[in-house]
Amino acid sequence: MRIQHRVPLRNRILWASLASITTLLVLAPEASAQTESRRRRSGQAEAKPIEITTEQAGQIAKIANDRKLNLDDLLAAAKTFMPSGRHDDFVLFSSGGQSGQVFAIGVPSMRILRSIAVFTPESWQGYGFSGEEDPVNKQLEINGKPVLWGDTHHPGLSETKGEYDGQFLFIGDKANARLAVIDLRDWATKQIVKNPLTISDHGAAFVTPDTDYVIEGGQYATVLGYGYATPEEYKKSYRGMVTLWKFDRAKGRIDVANSFALELPPYWQDLADAGKLASDGWFFINSFNVEMASGGVERGNPPFEAGASKRDTDYLHIINWKKAEQAFKAGKAKPINGFPVISIETSVAEGLLHFAPEPKSPHGVDVTPNGQYMVVAGKLDPHVTVYSIEKVKKAINDKKYSGKDDYGVPILDFDSVKEVQVELGLGPLHTQFDDKGYAYTSLFLDSAVARWTLGGEYAKLHTEEPWKLVTKTPVQYNIGHLSAAEGDTVSPKGRYLVSMSKWSVDRFLTTGPLLPQNFQLVDIGEPGTKMPVTYDLPLGVGEPHYAQMIKADKLKSWSVFPQIGWNAETQSLDPNSPKKGAEGVTREGNKVIVNMTAIRSHFTPEHVEVNEGDTVVWRITSLETTVDATHGFCIGGYNINLSIEPGRYLECTFKADRAGTYPFYCTEFCSALHLEMMGYFHVKPKADAGNATPAKTTTQSAPK
Amino acid sequence: MPGILSTLIGPRVPEAELRAHRLRYSTPTAIFMLARVLLLISIFLPYWHMELEAPQYPKGLFLTAYVNHLADDVKEIDGLNHYIGMRPLGEAGALERATAVYMILAMFLLVEGAAFVHSKWAVLLALPAVAFPGVFLADMYYWMRTFGLNLDKEAPLSSAVKPFVPTILGEGGIGQFKTYATLGWGYWLAVACSALIVIGFYFHRRAYRPLLLRSRLAAPEATS
Repeated sequence: MRIQHRVPLRNRILWASLASITTLLVLAPEASAQTESRRRRSGQAEAKPIEITTEQAGQIAKIANDRKLNLDDLLAAAKTFMPSGRHDDFVLFSSGGQSGQVFAIGVPSMRILRSIAVFTPESWQGYGFSGEEDPVNKQLEINGKPVLWGDTHHPGLSETKGEYDGQFLFIGDKANARLAVIDLRDWATKQIVKNPLTISDHGAAFVTPDTDYVIEGGQYATVLGYGYATPEEYKKSYRGMVTLWKFDRAKGRIDVANSFALELPPYWQDLADAGKLASDGWFFINSFNVEMASGGVERGNPPFEAGASKRDTDYLHIINWKKAEQAFKAGKAKPINGFPVISIETSVAEGLLHFAPEPKSPHGVDVTPNGQYMVVAGKLDPHVTVYSIEKVKKAINDKKYSGKDDYGVPILDFDSVKEVQVELGLGPLHTQFDDKGYAYTSLFLDSAVARWTLGGEYAKLHTEEPWKLVTKTPVQYNIGHLSAAEGDTVSPKGRYLVSMSKWSVDRFLTTGPLLPQNFQLVDIGEPGTKMPVTYDLPLGVGEPHYAQMIKADKLKSWSVFPQIGWNAETQSLDPNSPKKGAEGVTREGNKVIVNMTAIRSHFTPEHVEVNEGDTVVWRITSLETTVDATHGFCIGGYNINLSIEPGRYLECTFKADRAGTYPFYCTEFCSALHLEMMGYFHVKPKADAGNATPAKTTTQSAPK
Repeated sequence: MPGILSTLIGPRVPEAELRAHRLRYSTPTAIFMLARVLLLISIFLPYWHMELEAPQYPKGLFLTAYVNHLADDVKEIDGLNHYIGMRPLGEAGALERATAVYMILAMFLLVEGAAFVHSKWAVLLALPAVAFPGVFLADMYYWMRTFGLNLDKEAPLSSAVKPFVPTILGEGGIGQFKTYATLGWGYWLAVACSALIVIGFYFHRRAYRPLLLRSRLAAPEATS
């Protein structure tokens, strides 16, 4: 029998329509949904090229005339204005001077992004406000004395092959000779080390090209190891020093055990800079007061300012740190106050230390990006003096000495190591570099930024004559340091330079007799003589010194902590962090452990009862994972305030030594019900504590 | 018993017939095969998306549903939902999510069976896979509705936000949030699977129906 496979037309139509209806059914909502979908939009609108019509030009002109702006002002505004939501190209990490902090500023907008607490307790960041056992305050103690401020001077970004790598930031405290390590993942201070040799310093922090060491140069000579000596014993007992702090990048900490120092004559060592490329393995420190003036204006002696400026030259210290490291590892350092120090005699014998004469009382020494030249700014001399590392190496090799100092350190013949001297103007202090073969030097007395040409292999990058002043831009006023985009690395980025002007005098509204500093953005994008100031930022929070400007995309910052229960001190998940659902209060004798979680908009638990005299260990975990959902936690009257960023775990320990009922609350406006995010800390007075104190460990269960 | 079994699984194709018309008999099998594979792949792809838009979330919040889990900003959305007293999303359809992969595997095997069964009972085997996209949406609607209508009256914002039915497709809104819900690739694969099965049955019927008719005609002869 034949099999009939032809399907009747009726059936075929039925099937076809069934199939097409199904297909239509499924595709119709897709098509409509697609138009509604707004998924994965980019954060901001694309900027399209603009054309200005005559009418719009009129509008702009009207605004300019109403506000008395000229064309340069309009151009400056256009170069620096950042529309809402647009991010800056660079971040300037600036020292905060006596504020003891670090400031981060966006460039070119010059908007202050935030401060980072370093040597000074800072309540917004909850830095130093977590009770009597606060680790920050413990770290800030010097010889058992709380020292709750610092004079931050020179930030140093960690480097890889001479380039900023955006991982860590070091900063020195001049007043107390301390060095801090800041982790740039969470922008927080992780470690503070106190120099065991000297009370104060100046030349910190400067890193070697791969951040093997962080250099901390001294300043005012003292008796190393906090010793005592009279002014008459200055030459005999006072000493300068430079410390090389070993950095353990994996741990993100200074490795104190593998750090060492070099003893130096009691000249006042000043700023330092590490060599790179051609000069890798070396570093350089300026000095002043080679006169070894010991002051005493009250005794009829010349004051320090005169005594320390008598001679025409001071000494550039040229130190071979790779050789010094070998000497240290070979056990040639002797301990002072428990810290290994290579003596001057050893340095001389091992050839670690040489001097080169430099014009009197210089300030900055800055190594060019290729590492071939060291630029010393004269301060009291209108020149910058440029030394060549090739010539230095040759002179050392050939022992081209012009003599030795009182401590036996060989002094290299000036003409044998000098490349050139370039006359710039009055009061040259510090030098930075760009990508076009220019150097920029701050002129303190002239209140100007000088642009000048480099020679050697840089000569082909510009059209001007090498080693020559090109132009000066006046700044307001008394410029100290200056910071060009990555301008002290092996590959400067050009475009922007910030003049850190010490006096602002008339630049801003009067703010009482204490005036803000003036950070001025200088546009160095165009070669030649055009180099306008495009923005003035008043900084009324301390007197910053140096700053470094890093390309923003090199920073790999966290916006929330990686895991809930994160300990920012150890940068890892903390096993003690209270978990959701396991909150509560536990008592062990007279120690009370509070396990608390915080999430919008409540703390769990909301009531904590202790007895007067109990020691309270208060642990809080933020259960938040959303960017910017930060909570604060304060207990009024107990000097406690924490900043609990999303995911963070914090602990504070204190004695509940004041009875009463204390509201605690969230100090960071977190949500619509932020004000309701509170609770009560009940400290039962001693009188009736006896009845209430449970004899054994008890647990109050968390409210559900 | 063999009689019932052969009625259920339908007639087998004679060897000669199979050889003569390989395309005719392999078409439904191939289509079912494709349908099954698509369904399997869909396990790994999102079935449903919701974007929530509010001023303080410039990048939006996203909720993505897979057959066996919820992804993206579930935690934050749960956190926000606690203000209006909505239970955590993880509690909705928990059983469905826990069993989804097994159910899809079962459907996979059933559709495989449907290719083997040459009678109309094959439809019954494939029915779960055909109905699956519809059931998925219906189930989601049920849970969203249940959660939206049963808000905790003790919640902080219970006086400000009344019980509501969240929009599971297209544009909706709650508080300062606008919501946009769309179906995901996984869902479309499940739908494609469903459609392919329907199409497959056209070829299935075209191939096996005549065999069945012939065997029915032949049956009285064989038994007499």
